[in-house]
Parts: sequence; C-alpha cells; structure tokens
Amino acid sequence: MSFLEYAPAPESTAVLNLRDQYGLFIDGEFVDGRGTPFQTISPATEARIATVSNANEADVADAVAAARRAYERTWSRMSGRDRGKYLFRIARLVQERARELAVAESLDNGKPIKESRDVDVPLVAAWFFYYAGWADKLDHAGLGANPRALGVAAQVIPWNFPLLMLAWKIAPALAAGNTVVLKPAETTPLTALIFAEILQQADLPAGVVNIITGAGDTGAALVSHEGVDKVAFTGSTGVGRAIAKQIAGTDKKATLELGGKAANIVFDDAPIDQAIEGIVNGIFFNQGHVCCAGSRLLVQENIHDEVVDRLKSRLSTLRLGDPLDKNTDIGAINSREQLERIRELSDVGVAEGAERWSAPCEIPENGFWYAPTIFTGVQTSSRIAREEIFGPVLSVLTFRTPAEAIAKANNTPYGLSAGIWSDKGSRILAVADQLRAGVIWANTFNRFDPASPFGGYKESGYGREGGRHGLAAYLAPASIGGQGALPRAASHGAVASPSETSTDAAAEPKARRTRATRTTKASTKGSKR
Amino acid sequence: MTGTSLITARERALAVLGGEPDDATLRRYLHGIAGVDAVGLEQRAAGLGTRSIKTTSKQWALDRIIQLIDLTTLEGADTPGKVRSLVAKALVPDPADGTTPRVAAVCVYGDMVPYAVDALGAAHGDPDDGLVSVAAVATAFPSGRASLEIKLADTAEAVAAGADEIDMVIDRGAFLAGRYGLVFDQIAAVKEACRRADGTSASLKVILETGELVTYDNVRRASWLSILAGGDFIKTSTGKVPSAATLPVTLLMLEVVRDWHLATGQRIGVKPAGGIRTSKDAIKYLVTVAETVGEEWLVPHLFRFGASSLLNDVLLQRQKLATSHYSGPDYVTID
Amino acid sequence: MSRLAVPKTYKLYIGGAFPRSESGRTYEVLSASGGFLANAAKASRKDARDAVVAARAAVGGWAGATAYNRGQVLYRIAELLEGRRAQFVAEIEDAEGATRAAASAQVDEAIDRWVWYAGWADKFAQVTGNANPVAGPYFNISVPEPTGVVAIVAPQDTSLLGLVSAVAPALVAGNAVVVVASERFPLSAISLAEVLATSDVPKGVVNVLTGSPAEITPWLASHADVNAIDLVGASALDWVDLEISAADTLKRVLRPEQGPDAAAPALGRITAFTETKTVWHTKSMR
Repeated sequence: MSFLEYAPAPESTAVLNLRDQYGLFIDGEFVDGRGTPFQTISPATEARIATVSNANEADVADAVAAARRAYERTWSRMSGRDRGKYLFRIARLVQERARELAVAESLDNGKPIKESRDVDVPLVAAWFFYYAGWADKLDHAGLGANPRALGVAAQVIPWNFPLLMLAWKIAPALAAGNTVVLKPAETTPLTALIFAEILQQADLPAGVVNIITGAGDTGAALVSHEGVDKVAFTGSTGVGRAIAKQIAGTDKKATLELGGKAANIVFDDAPIDQAIEGIVNGIFFNQGHVCCAGSRLLVQENIHDEVVDRLKSRLSTLRLGDPLDKNTDIGAINSREQLERIRELSDVGVAEGAERWSAPCEIPENGFWYAPTIFTGVQTSSRIAREEIFGPVLSVLTFRTPAEAIAKANNTPYGLSAGIWSDKGSRILAVADQLRAGVIWANTFNRFDPASPFGGYKESGYGREGGRHGLAAYLAPASIGGQGALPRAASHGAVASPSETSTDAAAEPKARRTRATRTTKASTKGSKR
Repeated sequence: MTGTSLITARERALAVLGGEPDDATLRRYLHGIAGVDAVGLEQRAAGLGTRSIKTTSKQWALDRIIQLIDLTTLEGADTPGKVRSLVAKALVPDPADGTTPRVAAVCVYGDMVPYAVDALGAAHGDPDDGLVSVAAVATAFPSGRASLEIKLADTAEAVAAGADEIDMVIDRGAFLAGRYGLVFDQIAAVKEACRRADGTSASLKVILETGELVTYDNVRRASWLSILAGGDFIKTSTGKVPSAATLPVTLLMLEVVRDWHLATGQRIGVKPAGGIRTSKDAIKYLVTVAETVGEEWLVPHLFRFGASSLLNDVLLQRQKLATSHYSGPDYVTID
Repeated sequence: MSRLAVPKTYKLYIGGAFPRSESGRTYEVLSASGGFLANAAKASRKDARDAVVAARAAVGGWAGATAYNRGQVLYRIAELLEGRRAQFVAEIEDAEGATRAAASAQVDEAIDRWVWYAGWADKFAQVTGNANPVAGPYFNISVPEPTGVVAIVAPQDTSLLGLVSAVAPALVAGNAVVVVASERFPLSAISLAEVLATSDVPKGVVNVLTGSPAEITPWLASHADVNAIDLVGASALDWVDLEISAADTLKRVLRPEQGPDAAAPALGRITAFTETKTVWHTKSMR
C-alpha cells in the first residue's frame, strides 16, 4: 500500500442538526421570506443541503425597520459594558459549537475541514472576543470622547469565508453600538443561519442583528434602503464600484473590501522552503478564493527555475477531494459559475502563450473542482497577470532588481496585499514601504488577526476591518451631528476631536442633495471578497 | 549494510565545495545556503502534524514505526542483563502477537556491544532483511569532549566488537566556534574508523545535538557539513540534553536530505532521537518523511526513531486496532 | 511724480513652472467693486491632465521624504508667507473687498495653519498608527501612508485661507496635489504658487489650476490616475455626479463644505488622504 494515500478520515456530520428549511432571521425570529426560496447545495457533491428563504424588498424593509427599532429602543441605550458582555457570550457560544460550525462551513462552502476547523472558526471566536472588549472603551477608538454609533449597518458578505466575514462585519458594528442587517452570499447562507440560532442562545435583544438571505437583488435592495446609515461590503470590485455610485450623495458611510491581485515577491536570498510554503498557502489556501491571495508570483529571475521546480514537487503532495476529509488540502470550487470563470481565464492564459501546469490529482466525478495550477512564462500584459481569477491558479513572473519587483507589484489597479520573501531585513522594510497595498506579509502570507487592520488601496476598496481602525469605521465623533465635514469614504482614518472642529462648521447645515435611489443598481451576484 | 565509499564521499565534498574542506571554504559554502525562517518552518511542521491517519494506514504506520525503531538504552547503569532484556524485547516486542515485527536495531554504549551481539545471535543482521542491527554510540558520547584519538579508538572498538552502526556526536563547541574544518575532519576520520578489516564499513550516524546548536540555520549547516564529511545518517540528538528531537528540526533535516539527493542522487538517512514517546507523535514523523522526501525513505536504512518508551505505546495502539478496545500497560512487557 | 505700476501676469502652476493655459484662454478677474484686476489663466482639461502627470511624478519623492523634512518644508512656507504678508493682505482687500483687518486676519490664519499642519508631519503617524498585538509570532504594525495624487476643489469664498486649509493637510502625509482655485478669487492662489515655487516644496507636489471648477473638476473626478478628490469647495457644482464619477476608480472622496470656516483644521483632514498599511513580519530567536 501507499502510506501517502492515507485512508479516508471524514469529519463526522453527526454534530450537525440542520433544518430542512430556513427562514429569514428578522427581529429575533425566523420568518418566511416573500421571494422565491432557493436551495443551498454542497459544491463537493452538488447535493441539496437545505431550502433557504429569499428576502424581497418588503422583507428587506422589515429587517431594516427591526434594526432601527432595536437601535433606538435597546442597543443605543445599552451600556457599552453590557454590549460587550453580549459579544463575549457570542464568542463563547461560537467556541462551544465550533466543530458544528466548521462542518457546516465545509459542507456548504467546499473548503477543507482543516481550514474551517483551524482557521475560519477560531478566528470567528477571536473576532468576537476582540471587539467585545472594545464595547466599553470607545473613547479610545481615536475619535475623541463619546463617539457615537452610526445607526443601522447594512452588511453584505461573500461566499469565500462565510462565517468569518460575518464576524468581521458584525463584531465591530455591535461593539460600536450599531445594529445590523446582514446578507450572506446566496451559495453559502448556512453558517449565518446557524449563527442566528447562536444569537437566540445568547439572548441578544431582538432586531440587533437581522440576517436575510437572497441573491444580488436582495443585497442591492438592502444597500440602497434609505433607513441604512452604514454600508459594509466585501466582494468584487465591480459590485463595490456599483455600491459606491449607489450611495453617492447620501449620508451613508461605507467600508468596501474588494478584489485584489497580490504580488508575492521572492528574492534570491529568501528562506526557500518557507517561501515555497508561503507561495502554496498564498494562492492555494481556500482554493484561491481569497481576495488577498498571492496570485502573482514575482520571483527573482536567477532562482526562477529552482522555485518553479520546488513548487511543482510540493504541489504534487497536495490532496484534493472531500472537504470533510481531515487530510484534504484543496476542497471544492464554491460554485459552477466560479468554476467556469476559472476555466475561462485559464484558457485565456494558454491562448496568451503562457505554459500551464496542473498538479496531478484525481478529480471527483460530482461537484466543482479545479486542480492547483501554475502558469509560467506569464507577462505583465497577460490577462491572467491582471485579472482576479479567484481560484487555485498562480501566474509566475520574474524580476531582476528590487525596483523592478516593486514596479511590477504596483502595476495593477488593485492594492490589497503583497508578500515579500527575503532574509535581508532592511530590504524587506524598504520594499514594504514602497508597495501600494494595505497588507504586507513578510516571510509569511495570508495571516489574519482581529487586532490587525485589513483593507486595500486603490480599487481594492476603502476602509479597514480589524483592529482599532475597524472599530472606528462604525463610529462618528460626538460633536458632528451630520458628520458632513468628515470623510465618508476614508472613514477608517476619520479622526477628529471636538476641539478641532469649529462649532460654526458643525452647526451649519451642510449643503447636500440626497438621492435615495440612483439608476445604478448594485448587483451583489457572485459577490466575493 | 555498508556505508558509502570513503573516497567518493571525500571527493564529492571537494567537488561540491570547490576546495579543501577548511574553515574558510566550509564557511563560505555553509553560509551561502538559503536561511530558514523559523516561524514558517514550525508552521509547516504543525500542518503536517494535523494529518489524520486511520484504519489501514494506521495499521501499516504502527508496524512500520516498530521496524524503524532503534530500541535504545544509554544509561550509566546499563548491565549485560539490561542489554539482554532489551534485545529480547527487540526480537519479540509483543509476545502475545506473533505478527509484530522486530525493531531495526538496538542502540547501546560501545562496551555493551558484545552482549548485544551475543544476545541477538542469528537474528543479528540487516534490518532490511528482517534482522536486528547493533548500533553503538561512540566518540565520547554524549558530550564529545575528548581527543580525536580517543574518539577513534572508541569507534574502532565498537566496530570490532560487531557494531553495524556507529552513532557519533559532532564537536558542538568546534561548530559553534566556527571551526567547521575541524568538525569535518573528525567526522571523516570517524568514518574511516568505521571501516572493517574486510573493507566493508559500519554505517555512520552523525548526531548534531540540535538542542545545543539551537538555531535552525545552525542545524541546516551542520546537516550539510555532516553529509559532506561522509555521514550516512544525520541524527538529531543524544537524548541527553533537554531539547531533543522535534518535528520542525526533523523536517528541516529531511529538507537537507532531499536537496542533497536532488544534487547528488545519494540518499542519506535521518534519525530523530529523544522525546518521541507516543504513536501519535511518531506517525507525524512518518507523514513528514513521506511528504518531504517520499515514502521510499520509510525504510530502516533511511529512517530511524531513536527511542525507548515509544515501542510500548505503539504496541498498545496495535492491540487496540486488533481488539477494538483500549489496552493497558500491564498488557505490554517492560524491557 | 507718480510711477506707472507694472502689473503681474497670472498663469497656472504646473510641475514647478508657470505656464499659460494650453488652450490660450484667460478670464477677467474683477475686484469686489467690479474693477479689472487681472486676466487669470482659464485652465482646460489638458492642463488638468498635465497637472496630474506632474503630481504623479512628484508624489514618490515627496512621500519618500522624511516626515521631519516635510514638516520643515511646510513650515518654510509659513515663513515665506509671513515675509510677503503685506502683498497677500493687499490682494485680498482688492479681490474680496475685505477690510484691512479682515484681510490681515485671513492671511494670519492661513500662515498659522501652515504652522499647525507642519507640526503634524512627524506626529500623525504616531497618533493614528498602531502596533498590533496579534496572536502569533509576528511583528505587526499599521502605519498611515499617503493616498497618492489628491485633486482638490478649493473653497470658493476666500482667496487664501480656504485654499491653504485644503491643500496643507493633504501635503502633510506626502500626497501630491492638484488644486482648482476659487473661480472668483484666483489671484492669491497664484501668488501662493509663487511662494511655493521659491520655497522648498519640490516641483509638482502642488499644482494650481485657475478657471472654471465646473469645467475642470469632472476631468479630475474621472481621471484614473487621481487617487482621491476633496470636493470641499464644490458645493455649487453637481457634486453628486462628481462623486459617482470618482467611484469608477474607487477614489477617496471628501464632501463639500460651506461657510467661512470650511476645511477647518483637523487631524481628520490629514488622515482622510492616507491609507493604513499593515505589515506583518515573522519573529523568532531560532
């Protein structure tokens, strides 16, 4: 026998206690949606998991109204200490039900259980713990004394880290004193709905968090609802752009976490074995469904062949298959639609003259799968070097000097993340200074922590999630009623103390034309982070 | 089994280094090797440690672990009786289950070799043939603080007494002082001392004592140095200092062995020793070997566990698999 | 006997030079009482384009300068303005019809704002940055970095103070600026440009366009190489459309403000044009 085949080690689904049908979670209760219900399936088998309600505009209005009531009657009046205690409760409940959440996530999303179990769900708990402690310390968030919550936050999240993105959104919003209407992605609603049950167990006051399921039109209706004060979106740059247009001229603040095409720069003095692991983790973690994935490998030309050879042998040990198997490294692609896009862009790569190599793996008969793939001979002008593929596909380019590496890394409209691999500290810090990206990983990649701000430059969006900056994105300074003087778009950096703001300017009504509805309709279909 | 030819090892070292293996040349070479990022190395090792090995794979793994064990006693209080007992255990690890394989070798101090050889009798031989080898620690084990003359005599005596394998220690003081040429020469000389009258040679395991080298860069350099000087195996530890074998250190040494194989085609063995006490831990090492250098390395002449208490834990696990219920320490023998 | 005065020609300020508008256009700038003051250059979209190119070329060097150095350069502007205080007071009296006291107060306040912002250059990163205690063996730090090229529609109601209040904070972090001056009161903007040209501000870091904000701003809002746009003085424009246009490349947008104290001094005006960059690095003794 081959030891390397190991034996199937599937995580038990006995921990799951799923319902056959899920309603919308509005005002503390599950209610039927008025849109046409849809099914959520396992991308690994295409088998139906559950039927999920679809929120139409009236449902969206109900959810926003519930959030508004909860904000005005309960949540904004509650002490920060008590808000914090609710968040601590939620964190503990997530820990207690961690395995169940991990299994549900892998089932619904297709990601390997080892990732949902060891990365996603622990980070979810950590996110709630971190922001729980902030709830009664808002004076230290950087906005001066007595900052105020924004009100009702509309949050639209992607399918790649369903529960983790929920935590990134809900935890800081609640800590800051906002109430929430959250819409998970249509292909991955399951863990958000289980999370709604956790909120019931935590006895969170009704309406503080509302979770509505549906597709892009539901998200668009939510974002454009006039009762919303804050929009937080993670997904594609296309949808983010549409949202930015939709809310132009309104009082809504926005945090947008959008696409990326990160460069992972490997210098010839890199700790090579760790760099190989970092490259693998950078692009093949979560099947490459990661906005900050290191999808462009920039390798110093003098070690190109060695790096590619090592990478290929390493990729040959990756195990693709059942997401619930504890030994699976590469799970299922989340949807047929996404698989088609990955295939299409890969074909473009071949047509453009790049050389495609895919790891030898057996592809299961059912479900959506794509073998880890490397393109060499990629030029900066290639589409696979410019467009976000959002799949397990790595484009390899070369550079000769640090300056050239920086120039190539920055040569993109995106600016979310980047990696640097070198043994030379001074060069790492200098290159980190020059990279136009919001998160730089040096000799590591794809690390996340609730204390660490995350977010992009340029077309990768604006605002930060995580850390004090992520909290400030859900707050406004005390003295500025209309907050007209404050940057909406750059809300992550909005730091002003009352003494710095003229009372005249604050008191004077700002000239503003509000346009509740614009012709540009954001569609959140296929939203991703 | 025989080690590599002495002459080819030295010649290869010269060819790889491009000069005499003196301090300066070795320093240029060893310090030119890519560095190790400790955090990344430890994360990779931790990741390998999360592999879940079940059913048939576990059965195979448990038997293979036994076949890769250097069953060890290295006490000042060792006696012929203790060694005979160890050998008996090596030959019949589980008297209740005849399907249990033998261990690879018994590992003892040099002066205990005759008793081990005697106790093994006809079962003494190459573990690749299902027999049991005798390994002797030598070169003023564990500190290595003695003159070269004494180290060589220590080695030669053990070989003459019938040791098939010599587990030498490097001079960590010399290594840390940058005297790479001295370390090289000593390993090469000990390798020479492993030669038998008939021209064959005992296999040489070079103990780096990674707990004293401390940094991963040092471990990587010492690994290359030991291989360059002719070691057939590189071994983590004596088991006599607090930090013995760890998964990251073993992974790192396996990466060196993999790179050496890529460069020269020669397969070098790896032996983590000390601190591996449970089947669960040992399986992590098997996974690490399989995913770093390939499962063809999971044979006695390329991978060993230096351990004593590990064997009984493996036996308990074997009994659990066979009977489907948990066993207890009274159902395995003390050696 | 009286001496015949030598009037000044007011041009644009792009890349450290004072070109006329490439369009050849000018417009009459009148005093508060309706008298002719000067012909100001009426910038075109191509002038705006050139200004963006100049700003992009300058941003690397300015952002790369030490914070201490940027602070000194900004303080130097205050020193030079102080030396030409009388000129600006007179200009503002003529243009705005302000009293000597009011004009003086405006110039004084403008000078003091340069000083206030100059002092922030090497401090705002300490106030808004963070060392992040992540749960792992990593050094992790978040620092604010300049957004890049910032387009500004200066407040339209003042000659100097509004302009300075919008431009100075954008410069603190290391951004390069393309500013559209007050349409009615453009002359002090060009006089300020003359101060900048003789100060230590590198060429291209500040570019001043005079003319019609309604004509020029849409080109800046839609320009793909502009990273942020401050619409503080754009309340009379169709600024919602400008914001929508800016969304095409996800520009950072500041909304219009009105009143005599638009763009009041605030740390938030500095951080509005910064991006938080978080750097992780592994940490180990081994």
